[in-house]
Order: sequence, then structure tokens, then C-alpha cells
Amino acid sequence: MKELFRRAPKAFTPGEQTRDQDTPDNMWVKCPSCGDLTYHKQLRDNLKVCKCGHHMRLSAVEWQGLFDSESFSEEDGDIAPLDPLNFVSPKDNYAQKLRDSQLQTGLYDAMISGKASIMGQAVQVTVTEFDFIGGSMGSVFGEKIARAAERAYERRVPLLTINASGGARMHEGVLALMQLPKVNLTLARLGTIGMPHISLMTDPCYGGVLASYASVADIIIAEPGARIGFAGRRVIEQTIRQKLPANFQSAEFMLEHGMIDMVVPRGDLRSTLGRLFKLYTMRDADASPLPTDV
Amino acid sequence: MKTPLSAWDKVQISRHVQRPRTLDYVRVLCDDFFEFHGDRRFADDAAIVAGVGRIEGQSVVIIGHQKGRDTRENMRRNFGMPKPEGYRKAMRLFHHAEKFALPVICLIDTPGADPSMESESRGQGNAIAENILVMAQLRTPIVSLVIGEGGSGGALAIGVTDRILMLEHSVYSVAAPEASAAILWRDSSKAPDAAKTMRITAQDLKDMNIIDTIIPEPDGGAHNDGDGTIRHAGVAIMQTLDLLNALPTSVLLDQRYHKYRVMGAMKTMPTNQLSTGEPLSFL
Repeated sequence: MKELFRRAPKAFTPGEQTRDQDTPDNMWVKCPSCGDLTYHKQLRDNLKVCKCGHHMRLSAVEWQGLFDSESFSEEDGDIAPLDPLNFVSPKDNYAQKLRDSQLQTGLYDAMISGKASIMGQAVQVTVTEFDFIGGSMGSVFGEKIARAAERAYERRVPLLTINASGGARMHEGVLALMQLPKVNLTLARLGTIGMPHISLMTDPCYGGVLASYASVADIIIAEPGARIGFAGRRVIEQTIRQKLPANFQSAEFMLEHGMIDMVVPRGDLRSTLGRLFKLYTMRDADASPLPTDV
Repeated sequence: MKTPLSAWDKVQISRHVQRPRTLDYVRVLCDDFFEFHGDRRFADDAAIVAGVGRIEGQSVVIIGHQKGRDTRENMRRNFGMPKPEGYRKAMRLFHHAEKFALPVICLIDTPGADPSMESESRGQGNAIAENILVMAQLRTPIVSLVIGEGGSGGALAIGVTDRILMLEHSVYSVAAPEASAAILWRDSSKAPDAAKTMRITAQDLKDMNIIDTIIPEPDGGAHNDGDGTIRHAGVAIMQTLDLLNALPTSVLLDQRYHKYRVMGAMKTMPTNQLSTGEPLSFL
């Protein structure tokens, strides 16, 4: 696990991912939006944003490039999931699914958390791994957010959550649902010391994540085109029996409807976050000027 | 003698058209009650009934999902599926309870939050999340009773409480069985399997220490003696409130924090085991 994080890149370039680089198939990457092929390295240099503007999903490790060089240090990486319902069905076996996802991602569960700094500002961070059962929110996920919020409280630093999740983890039943109040309780306490929680919604943010910490953040930033909603598009279409407009539940739709504060392209995230955090942590007008990005 | 009921049997009982609903509880338990309407922002949502009443001489805030008993009433009440304005009405009553130091009783009976374009446009996720945050910090005792279906975030949005009570044949799930089957197996007809696998009965949830108390129902279900079931539940609710009313606010809030903070199933694994031949060594 340690090596995994030592490999974190220096500037905000997507971190190395061995599973992407093994095969020649990945030399060229097809954009799921416009269909154009882009050379792998060129795409990574462009933070995995296609020429058409489509923001491709990043892994939790890739996101660590957002933080100051060498600043990220993982915490609570020793928490691993259980199978509390002994979830076995003819088509689905949670214990097996966990093992498969752990092998695929090298993580115990769908989240990496720890401390880092952004433009010199110390922050507590959590990053979801969508490739781990759709970034779903189970007990470990909830515990890591809760601990990150508690650590932010103790250290008196802001909290940044980077989110991509399909919702609560069905295989943990009501225990997964109870992670919603758990994380919101810890965030409420963080709010009492005046440290902000910034939620970064990347594609997609649905269900339990949206119905808890991600949407009660002090500041909500979304990536362009990220899909954000409580109920899934398919569920709504089945309910109303008609097709939904293409931009429905997009970040831009949510901005227009007053549900998020801003849509920020990936290339501007680092400076945006750095400037925002400073507004809360350096409130004195005589505070030293903002450092420029490195 | 009671015959053992499957999880799916309980789902059917929890949805029985004659099962007591929130307004039945109000009728049987309250000496006086006024229903309040609207979220002061957009509309009134008939899927949630909220107001102030008196039970055994004590003024209380009551908030509950309300299903209908016929098609017409179900349309009006959206089958007990609240929209954001319903949750924001509940939010208004939470603040009301805090302002006037009234305990809160929440009655849960919903298939889930309304999934529609209008609800999404008005921030369904945000409405639920804000309620969870407010209940977590509410400076007055709050108790919930699952009287029928506890469907996902739609239930939790009025369910973050000091004590969680459930009727014997009620259910509480991360998603309704049909939705669970659709999400997990892309086949909503497998709902009975989902009901069993996902451990949604009051007995399952008591075993997992998620809920506190099970209220017995008459043989066959609450619909066989609605008023009797309600009176029984009423005694349990008021006894619970008596206990909570005796606590200083700081203790009440600490206990609530702890109650939810410890929820979850996980283990600790030494990080270095990842590279010692365990399945997790793959990096």
C-alpha cells in the first residue's frame, strides 16, 4: 500500500496506474463522449480532459496529483470491509465481489483518505475510488469520512471530499444507510470550529452521497458535465415513462437550479481550491499574500 | 400460535391497505392536534403530515409519512413518497420543536423519496441531507417509529432519532426490495429474494443493533387491530420520551452522536499485510 502512494505524482498530473499501462490497448484512449482517440500520454498531460472538453473519470490515486508535491500521507488505510449480511444470492456474492475489487484496485474499499496540502494550506482529504463497486458508500467509506472530519476538527484544518459514487452500498443493507447520519454528525461538529468542508462532485454523484455529506458541504464544486442526482436517470425515466432532457442532472443543470456553487474545469481546480481555503483560514487582512501556484 | 413469516410476507403486511397510517396514530393517540402545512418556500406536500398535538398531557411535534387507502388519495399523497417540499416542511417543524422545546415523534412509512424530474430539480438529495444534519443536532428529544415501510433515504430524512422503534412486521431497507433487485440484478421481479438477502425485518435490524425496540403486532399484522396496535405503540413512545426528557441536552446530544458514530461493520487490517501474499498484495 505504501508504494502506491509514494508513486503519487509531483504536480497535478494523474498518478501512475499500472493497470492502465500494461497493454498497448491503452496507448490510445477513446473519449466516451466524442469518440476521438487521444494518445495516452497526451491525455494524461491534459489531466484526462479530452479536446472536446469531456472530463474523464480519475482513479483515487490519480486524484492525489491535485495536492502539493509529496504532501499526501494516507491515514486510516487499515480499515477493511466485512460482509455483515452474509450477502449471498444466486447472482451475487458480496465477499467475492470485495475480493475481486480489492485485487483490481489494490484498495480495501472505495476510498483513500489522509492529510495533504493544497497551495500550502493543510487540508484533510477523502477521495473515492469509483472502480471499487461503483464508489458505493458502505461502512468503511462512512468511517473514513467520519474520521477525516474528526481529524480536521482536531487539527483545525478544512476538509476536502473528492466524490464519485453511485450511492449507498446495497450489500451492506441498512448499515450502509446509517453511514449518512454518521458522516453528517461528524461534519456538523467540524462546522462548530469554523473550518469549511468543500465537496468536489465529479462524475457521477448519486444517492446516499448526495443525500448526505456531499450536498451539505459549505461549498460545492462540480466538474463540467458531472452527473449529479438523488434518483438515477433510469429510475426516473421508468417512473415518468418518458425520456429526460440530455442535460438533466448535469453539473450545469444543478448550477442553474441552485444546487451547487460553481462548475470548475479540472485545470483550474488546484488554484480555485487554494484560493478558497485561504479565504477561511487567513481571514486577517494583514495575512501574507497568496502564494502563486508551483 | 403465530406462523413464521418470511421477509417478503412482512413486506406485504407492511404495505397492507388497512395498516394504520400516521393520521390513524394522531386520531388514536392525540387529545388535540393541529396539522401545519407547507414549507414556506414552494408548496405543501401531502405525503408528509406534520403538526403539533398533545399526548397524555404533553405537547409534541408529530411528523409522519402518509399513504392513501384508495387510488385517489394515493395520487394526492404520492403513495407516501415525499418531494423536497415535504422534507422541508419537516425541517420547518424540527426548528419549531427546538424553538418551543417540544419533543418530536416521527412515524415512518414510505417506499422512498419521490423520484421525479421536479424533485431532482428542487434538490431531493439536498433536502434529505439537510434534514439528517438538523436532526443530528436537534436540541430536543426525537423518537421514530417505523409503522410500515422504511424506504431508504426517504425514511431516514425523518429518521435520525435518539431511539428507533419498529412495529413487529414493519421493514426498513437501504432501498425498497423492488429497487434493490433492480439495482443488484437488473430484475425487479426478484424483490422477494432481495427482501430476504438484505435483512430488512425488524428482527434482523434489532439483531444488528440498528434499532432499539420492537413493538408487537396482533396475529397476522397491525391491520387486524389497528387501534390496539397504536395504543400499544403509544405507550412505548411516551415511555421512551419520558426517559429522554430526563436527560440534560448535552447528554442527549452526546448519546445521539455516539449512537450513529459506532454504526458500521468493519475490521482493522495491518497495512503491511498487503504485500505478504494476501489477495490484497496486488498493486
